[in-house]
Amino acid sequence: MRRTFFRGVGLPYLLLAPQLLVTAVFFFWPAGQAVYQSFLREDAFGLSSEFVGLENFIDVLSDRDWRGAAARTAFFSISVAALALSAALFLAVQADKHIRGAGAYRTLLIWPYAVAPAIAAVLWLFMVHPSIGLFGRALNAMGVPWDYKLNGDQAMLVVILASAWKQVSYNFIFFLAGLQGIPRPVLEAAAIDGAGPVRRFWTVVFPLLSPTAFFLLVVNLVYACFDTFGVIHALTQGGPGKSTETLIYRVYTDGVTNLNLGSSAAQSVILMILVIGLTVVQFRFVERKVHY
Amino acid sequence: MATLTLTGVRKSFGTNPVLHGVDLDVRDGEMIVVVGASGCGKSTLLRIVAGLETATAGRVMIGDQDVTALEPADRDVAMVFQNYALYPHMSVFQNMAYGLKIRGLPKPEIIRRVDEAAALLDIGTLLERKPRQLSGGQRQRVAMGRAIVREPKLFLFDEPLSNLDAKLRVQMRAEIRRLQKRLGVTSLFVTHDQVEAMTLGDRLVVMHAGHAAQIATPMEVWERPADTYVAGFIGSPSMNFLAATLEQGGAAARLGNDLVLPFADGPRTGKAGQKLTLGIRPEHLRPQAGGLRVMIELVEPLGAESLLHGRLPDGAEMTVKLAGAVHPDGELEVMPMAEALHVFDGETGKRIEPLDQSTTR
Repeated sequence: MRRTFFRGVGLPYLLLAPQLLVTAVFFFWPAGQAVYQSFLREDAFGLSSEFVGLENFIDVLSDRDWRGAAARTAFFSISVAALALSAALFLAVQADKHIRGAGAYRTLLIWPYAVAPAIAAVLWLFMVHPSIGLFGRALNAMGVPWDYKLNGDQAMLVVILASAWKQVSYNFIFFLAGLQGIPRPVLEAAAIDGAGPVRRFWTVVFPLLSPTAFFLLVVNLVYACFDTFGVIHALTQGGPGKSTETLIYRVYTDGVTNLNLGSSAAQSVILMILVIGLTVVQFRFVERKVHY
Repeated sequence: MATLTLTGVRKSFGTNPVLHGVDLDVRDGEMIVVVGASGCGKSTLLRIVAGLETATAGRVMIGDQDVTALEPADRDVAMVFQNYALYPHMSVFQNMAYGLKIRGLPKPEIIRRVDEAAALLDIGTLLERKPRQLSGGQRQRVAMGRAIVREPKLFLFDEPLSNLDAKLRVQMRAEIRRLQKRLGVTSLFVTHDQVEAMTLGDRLVVMHAGHAAQIATPMEVWERPADTYVAGFIGSPSMNFLAATLEQGGAAARLGNDLVLPFADGPRTGKAGQKLTLGIRPEHLRPQAGGLRVMIELVEPLGAESLLHGRLPDGAEMTVKLAGAVHPDGELEVMPMAEALHVFDGETGKRIEPLDQSTTR
């Protein structure tokens, strides 16, 4: 990498300023506010507040509903990540083959990434809605009692599918790049060594993709935990009951709907710690597990 | 161990033909070097034998078995790639054991074979390392080891030395030859390097534009090249070519400057005045008054000998190799040694043999 040396510190800081400013205004300030808020208890009208120390955190962590949401989030995130990763890997392997129209196929697969979460949710709504959705109606016509607005498990399935679908494109791009980074002679050597396509995939391709896969796993977990608010909000609003209420959705409900700002802030801080933890794991691990 | 027979092997990529029917018989235990400039189809030929490409037409036989339609895995061949193609995520041991494990060999046998090959290649201390922790030469040995442990019917080498530095290349070249002789495995070695070709091969296949221009022993190729392409390709510096016409009932050739060179090895058939191309290697020219006048443009002293690059009066390039440090400036008159003259057809470029010898090449 090219290194440039500056005399003095004025110019470097000036050049860094825009980035630092944006980070400060849109991250450090709100994050600091959240941390500050998490130690306060405020009335619903915002007229008075008192310092309560760690009480908000204790309340949150001992709240059965919150724990339920945490467990649900874990299930939801792992399902979304597993589904999005495996689907993307399958599609990338197919797209990596020399097939007619591979270019068009790749472009089409990348498109969903450009679709906003709410719009993606509406798309899925038109497919799975029990009375106006294509598949929803078909299922009911076949005698399957399908209504994700009443059945919590079905609701969970729908938000998992919609969230995973959004993420497949992103994973696909990385997997495809990873696959194309595997030198062809290595695969040919494996073929000559007697490995069939399936064996080649699991003993050569997959291990060589594992750094990519691990990176994507963390990104997907973070995505499922924090970026799926829009999908859930547009499809189920966390319902029916609390069956699709994830932690991030609960932050919203408690803070915006129930106006329990202290608790909401404490939950945000817990999520923040979680995401920082995931990122640390990612960097530690990825740096160590590179093969070349 | 086995023979290898190629019959009329053709290959086109789309509408672009790269091999125009190659026939080759490789004897058991023989080392065949396929040599040619880049794009001549030599790698494609090797990949067809390996099964990595499918021939458009023709047949590939290994031993008595027609393998044309078989997958690489079912051909029992081993290949050493130019960039080694080691499995980056496996240790040296795992790299070498991979093919054996797939074939379901018992573990003790795998360990025995890997240890044996590692000892042979002097990489016994590297077995636990990953490929990225190895130098180029060591990787090359591991790639060789991976081929050896398989005990295949056929070794295929795809320019395995071209990524090594000059010194290591010479060393590995000798080592490959020694190993191949010792193991006695039939081998096909592809290279663009004529020195590798000359030193390694029992026989050479000189490829040119999708054809096998000549298949013969290295010395035969050097002494009696089948056409002007082979003549120019093998030998360094390249052979000089002179336009000439047939004279004296086929017993001599007349050059552009009216110099008449009699053939030492006998007359050629053909009409008087037929166009010829005469080939003469730079080392077969001697300074002599009344010969070809060469305007010297550049002298390259190599120590034991000197290379003189220059031009004839008609503008044709000429290279002369003289012993010692002779550096004549300006002009030099040189005479080809009559017995070292190569005669080619001026139109087709094919070698024309003297009448009294067999006409086969």
